Formats: sequence, C-alpha cells, structure tokens
Amino acid sequence: MSSERAIAWFLRAYVGLVFCFVFAPIVSSFIFSFNSDRFPTIPLGEFTLHWYETIYNDPDVWDALRVSVISAVSVSLIATFIGFCTAYTDYRYRFFGKNAYLALALLPPTIPLVIMGLAMLAWLSRIGMSGHLYSIMIAHVVLCTPFAMAVIRLRLAQMDPSLEAAAWNLGAGEWRTMREVILPFTAPAIVSALCLTAAVSFDEFAVAWFVSGLNKTIPVIILEVLQGQVDPQINAIGTFVFITSMTLVVIAQVLLMTRQRKGVPGG
Amino acid sequence: MAEPLVVFERVVKRFGEFAAVKDLDLEINEGEFLAIMGPSGCGKTTTLRMLAGLEQPSDGEIRLAGRRMNDVKPSERDTPMVWQTLALFPFLNVVKNVEFGLKMRGLDAPARNAKAMEWLKRLEIAEFAERDIAQLSGGQRQRVALARALVTEPQILLLDEPLSALDAHLVIRMQGVLTRLQRELGITFVYVTHSQSEAFAMADRVVIMAKGEVEQVGVPRAIYREPVNRFVAEFVGRNNILTGEVTGCDAGTVTVQSEVGPCIAPLPDNRSVAVGDRLDLVVSADVVTVSATAIEMDNVVACSLISEEFVGSVVTLFLETDGGAELKAQLQQRDIENLDTRSGTRLFLSWQRSSVHVLPQ
Repeated sequence: MSSERAIAWFLRAYVGLVFCFVFAPIVSSFIFSFNSDRFPTIPLGEFTLHWYETIYNDPDVWDALRVSVISAVSVSLIATFIGFCTAYTDYRYRFFGKNAYLALALLPPTIPLVIMGLAMLAWLSRIGMSGHLYSIMIAHVVLCTPFAMAVIRLRLAQMDPSLEAAAWNLGAGEWRTMREVILPFTAPAIVSALCLTAAVSFDEFAVAWFVSGLNKTIPVIILEVLQGQVDPQINAIGTFVFITSMTLVVIAQVLLMTRQRKGVPGG
Repeated sequence: MAEPLVVFERVVKRFGEFAAVKDLDLEINEGEFLAIMGPSGCGKTTTLRMLAGLEQPSDGEIRLAGRRMNDVKPSERDTPMVWQTLALFPFLNVVKNVEFGLKMRGLDAPARNAKAMEWLKRLEIAEFAERDIAQLSGGQRQRVALARALVTEPQILLLDEPLSALDAHLVIRMQGVLTRLQRELGITFVYVTHSQSEAFAMADRVVIMAKGEVEQVGVPRAIYREPVNRFVAEFVGRNNILTGEVTGCDAGTVTVQSEVGPCIAPLPDNRSVAVGDRLDLVVSADVVTVSATAIEMDNVVACSLISEEFVGSVVTLFLETDGGAELKAQLQQRDIENLDTRSGTRLFLSWQRSSVHVLPQ
C-alpha cells in the first residue's frame, strides 16, 4: 500500500517536472518581457512596458503582423475547405488507390520543414511565384491542409453512416444533405480546423523564411531582430505570438471536447 | 385488376461475386403489414434498401405504384424509413428532427412546426419537443423516429429492425404502437426483422428469406403450422422434424418409419406418395401431449426426460427416445404440475395424425 502511494507521488512529481521543463522557457520569456534590464539576469530589475512600446512603435513589426494575419486567415479558410473536401471524399467513396490517396494527403507535415521550405522556394521561383504574399499562402496551405483534414475526418468517423442516407430518404438531395446534415454535424470540427490551421500558419517560420522575400511574417521578423541585437523586445514579441497561438489552439481543443460530450447520442 | 403497391420482379442484387438477393419475386399490397424475416445475411435488409433506393438492383425491376423505380434517386421516392440505429439528427432537437422531411418539401416554418407538433402529440411525446435527442430514452427516440418518417404522410413506411435495441417490455409496447398506427393510417408497412415474435405479432403476411431467396410467403398461422420446407420448419417455432421412409399408404394416411419409430400422418394432398418415398414430417412441439402412462392416440412414443426450460407460463421439455432421437414438447406450466419432471423420468409423448404436417418438398 505505501509503496503504491510512493509510486503515485513519484509519478505526480515526474509529470510536474515535465511541465516545468516544457513551460519554463516560455514563462521566463514572459517574465523578462516586463523586466527593465537589458539582459536577462536575476535579480530582476523594475517592471516596465518599455519593450512592448518599442515593438508597438516599430513599423516593421506592424508590417509583419499584417502579413502574418492576412496569410493566417486566408490559409485557414483555404486549407480547411480543401481539408474538408479531402476528408469527405475519404468518408463517402471507395475507389482504387484510396490508401495511396490518404497517405499523400497526410504526407506534408512529415517532411522536414527546411526541406519543404527549400523545395517550395525552388519550385515557386522557377514558375515566378516566389517572394509574394501569396507565396507564403500557397506554401502554408500545403502544410496546413493535412491538419484540417485529420480533424474533420475524425469527426466524420463519429457519424452514424445511416445519417446521410436518412436525409436522402426524407427527400433531401445530395447538396441539400451536405448543407443540412454533413456541415452541421461537422461544424465543431470545421471551426477547430480553422483555429488550428490559423495557429500553424501564424507560428511557422522555416517555410515562410524561404518563400516570403520582402513580405516577412512575425516569426521571420523575430529572427531578424535576434540577429541584429539581443534585446528583450524578443520576449515581448514572443509572448504576443505565444498568447495568440495558444488562444487559437485552446478554442480548437474546447470544441473538440464539447463535440465528444454532445453530438453522439448514447444508449 | 390493379397492380399491387410494390412489385419486385426477378430482382437480383450482387455485391461483387456475392449475390445478396437472387431472383426475388415479391408483391406487397396496399395497406398491408408485411414482415420480412430471416437469419442475418439472408438479404432482407438489402431488399428493403433497394425499395428505398439506397441500393440499385443488379438485375430485374422494382415498381412502386406502377412506376419503375430502379433509377429513381432515394430523395425522390417518398419511401421513408425507420432505421435500426434510428439515425436521428443529433444536432437538431426533437421537433426539428420531425420537421426535416417537411422542410425538404419546402413547407414554411409555421406550417411544418404545426404539422410536426401534431405528430409528436399523436405519439405522446409532445412534451419533449424542445429536447436534444441525447436527452431522450430509447423508447422516446423510437417515437421521434416514427414521427419523423410519418410526418409527410407517405403511402408506405419501411422499418429496418427498429425495435432490436429496446428492452423486452418496451418492444411489446412499441409493437402495440406500430400495429395501432398502421391500422389507423391504412398505409403499407414493410418491416424487416429477425425476430419471429415481432413478425408474427404484427404482420398480416410474413416473408421468410434465406440466402437471398424467398422460402415462404404467407399469413403468420400458415408459416407457423404449414412450413413449406425444412428450412422454414427449423427456423420457425419449436418443431420436431421426423424423417423416414414411407412403409404404408392407405385411406388418407401414410405411415413413415422415422427415427422415433413408425409415425402415422395425413396423406398430403399436394403431392403423390408411394411406399419407399422419403418424407419429412413436422410435429410442432406445442401439439404433443405428455403423460406418465401410455394413452390412446395415433402416435405414442416412450421417452426419458433430459431437461426442462421454464420461461413463465410456458415450459419446454427436452426428451430422448430409447433409440437416441431427441424430441421437444412445449406445454403450459399448469398442465405438467402433477408430472414428475426430474431428469431421467419415463414419459410418453403422444399426438394425433391430424397434428402432423407433411413437408411438401
């Protein structure tokens, strides 16, 4: 009995340590973003919003934010649309080469980002499409679509296969069924796919760095600031990026959880 | 004479190499309650799905009200179905589920709400109109599924094992609801089930299917008392099937040397019988008399009791003859109260020749 309790405590401590390890850098970055000292040292200096003011007054940061937001929003819309179509095709049809189709559709996130970025740059510049805002969008859509597809596919797998047929049976044509049954049923997954893909696009550095040219995104500007001077500005931008992505991911997660409680009738 | 409401004409359904339905000929009349029964994989659900347009026949023709239906889309058929899983829309509340079919027909919101509420009242679930599907019990969901299918007032309702997920006492209640509805509406019900009690309790006619083919069509009593072949006799009820050679044949009776000894049976009027033919005889478990001493009847067999199955008012006795053949007898519990029912007891099973059914094939 006591050895069981010891193990339980040990495991709790272990989980606690893992969380410390994961979150310590983020927390320290958060703390130092409000610290008046130029270098991250302990004891801390005074509380200040100076570093936030600096980035607020930096037009480069605003440009990067504009690029990041435009690409994140359009990427999430396009990737979720393509992801939905891919997932629905998988749900609805059986065809020759379906496994290959699925493997290809899920492949992009498994490619190392540097390779992916290089390949994208080589390809887009060959066809004269690199260095634009839409270059980032194209590259990020490729990267994000599999995430959207995976989330929506999971939801479709929970759907009673009779549900679609029941709608036809009650007089709904195929498009009407899509609108009245499939979309409402997958709505939570669609919203969470939108958030998730927006977060991925917003955070992504390597591919964006290769293809962006002069249209720098937030992660790219972070690297440039870092190369110029080590400055607590970085902590301020980092905190901002972290909060934005976390908000999106948490919304996605909450939707994933509520759909498990509701939606699938028990009994 | 007008054609029946539904006609299946030499309908075949193949899935790859496997023929789920073979050369099906079936007519379903207007206003009848037809049950299609058979073991799983017999093609009964495929038949129903073809009628709803969810499967296309590989061959043959299906007509509904005289119109060829083979290539008509499911959404244009007006053959609503109650699904085994019920397939209620989980993202809509009860009344919106019921309204669905009306909405697809373009009825405006107040009209369809009024109509849906009318059906919810009829099925005694109006108080749950605004509830989520997940908040309902099994029986309540069943009623929602029925209301949703019937709200458009179709000519025909298809039911695919709708009661299979319910508790026994709820099944009996829903059977009552279904038969009452069918009588009141006067529309055709096609009910697929593997349950003999459901089929016999509700249906006007029963179709027995096996391996994609129809074995027998008839009123429940005929299926029960006069099975046409060995499959139906074994599938339906608790029958003793005796097989043997004809040893005597005169004055409307035949004598068959079966595994329990000579058995006297009526001469079948639908086939000619000669000495030396093999015949299958059906002696239903509920037509035999059990007694402690031999009594005066056409057929008397001495047995010893093996076991007893007690399910309330009805008792089934499992017995064995001296030759090792097994027999079953189904009796009212009060009929055997003064019999010794310990295992191994010597008992006599007796039946009149008129209770024996000779299988025609």
